[in-house]
Amino acid sequence: MNEATRTAGHLRLDALVVGPLGPIDLTIAPGEIVALSGPSGSGKSRLLRAVADLDEHGGSAALGSTGQGELPAHRWRQAVMLLPAESLWWADTVGEHFPGGAVASAAELGLDAAVAGWEVGRLSSGEKQRLALLRVLSRRPRGLLLDEPSANLDEAATLRVEALIRDYAQREEVPVLWVSHDPEQIGRVAGRHFRITAQGLEQAS
Amino acid sequence: MTLIDLSWWQLALAAALVVALAALAHGARLGMSGSLLVAGVRTAVQLSLIGIVLEALFSTATLGWVALMATVMLAMAGREVVARQKRPLAGWWGAGIGTASMFVSSFAVTVLTLVVIVGPTPWYEPQYAIPMLGMMLGNTMTGVALGLDRLTDSVWRQRALIETRLMLGERWQEAVADARRDATRSGLIPIVNSMAAAGIVSLPGMMTGQILSGTPPALAVKYQILIMFTITAGTGFGTLVAVSAASRRLFDTRERLRVDRLRPVRK
Repeated sequence: MNEATRTAGHLRLDALVVGPLGPIDLTIAPGEIVALSGPSGSGKSRLLRAVADLDEHGGSAALGSTGQGELPAHRWRQAVMLLPAESLWWADTVGEHFPGGAVASAAELGLDAAVAGWEVGRLSSGEKQRLALLRVLSRRPRGLLLDEPSANLDEAATLRVEALIRDYAQREEVPVLWVSHDPEQIGRVAGRHFRITAQGLEQAS
Repeated sequence: MTLIDLSWWQLALAAALVVALAALAHGARLGMSGSLLVAGVRTAVQLSLIGIVLEALFSTATLGWVALMATVMLAMAGREVVARQKRPLAGWWGAGIGTASMFVSSFAVTVLTLVVIVGPTPWYEPQYAIPMLGMMLGNTMTGVALGLDRLTDSVWRQRALIETRLMLGERWQEAVADARRDATRSGLIPIVNSMAAAGIVSLPGMMTGQILSGTPPALAVKYQILIMFTITAGTGFGTLVAVSAASRRLFDTRERLRVDRLRPVRK
């Protein structure tokens, strides 16, 4: 990663157009968490995919002074990382999906210290979801796009996930765009909250 | 040593065996008798026609006609590669990548073998060039078709997984590496297997043919080894080129997975 993407920066969406949605302008400060909600099918996930440059889209996004198009796509996604709602695993054991093979911060999410050696096929959906978050954070992204990161979790695990993300965002000065259905969760974690409407984003709080 | 001639009625006896098989299949309601007969007729007609063409070709033996023949063979092979895939690349890409990779590998290896190793005069002597190119293309076609079919099908099935890897910041080459490795392997397995089984389980067709036509077995064996190695090289390079080019085509310049570039499955 180069200097531009290593330092703290604002995540900016400039006139982003995804399918029928947009143009959307939004700036998220370093360390700030912005919540995004909207009915199913309103395009929340597609918006996150466009910011990660996984789908064709109009407008652009930037992190700090570096625009999406100025970096090779994989470098942009290393900087601005998307955590999808459903996590998928390609190797047999958990550790093979982590740089260096070690799962950091497992205890903070209530996971066993030996989790790196576990078989992926035996994980519960809640374990997979927490590990998917750790898999993203282990790559030290400079911007986070989270698609319902606690949808399959019980309350205790949800609070731990929130604490870990908040902590990471503040410590590393990382802007976060967080899709959530849960108004209470949005109240707990987000500074600002936007709803997706037919026109684009509408600030809710 | 003189060759025993085969007359048409002797071939008819062999054909009667296939007809008997078809009748049996029909009686047992196996539903294969129709395609068995059609394939049998195609064999007879296609081979008779190619016999006429080869007789004419051997008697003229000019580079232009040999090249024309080679081009027609290549075009048919390119068509076959697309037909054997469940989800080929859409548009001209499916046929284009298949044909180009077969051209690069089969033609290069055949010409190299003719000029450097066998050395007939002229180097394009059709008696050597056409059978060698035919065997090369037939095997390369199988490898390329298997490789591309495996690649496009597994990328389609694993599209969500490949996108997950892209989201984690992997390059497209890393994200598609597993599918690419599987595809290359399935393209190469048939030729590796036939090299391993040659002479023990099976007597290769060309060697058998040469021995039947009176060539000393020791010479037929040498030709067979030469052909096996060149076929392996042709199949291997062809499969590598085709799988690499098709992998590249499945991602755009922003390293996005583009399964929309695959042709939807026909119902």
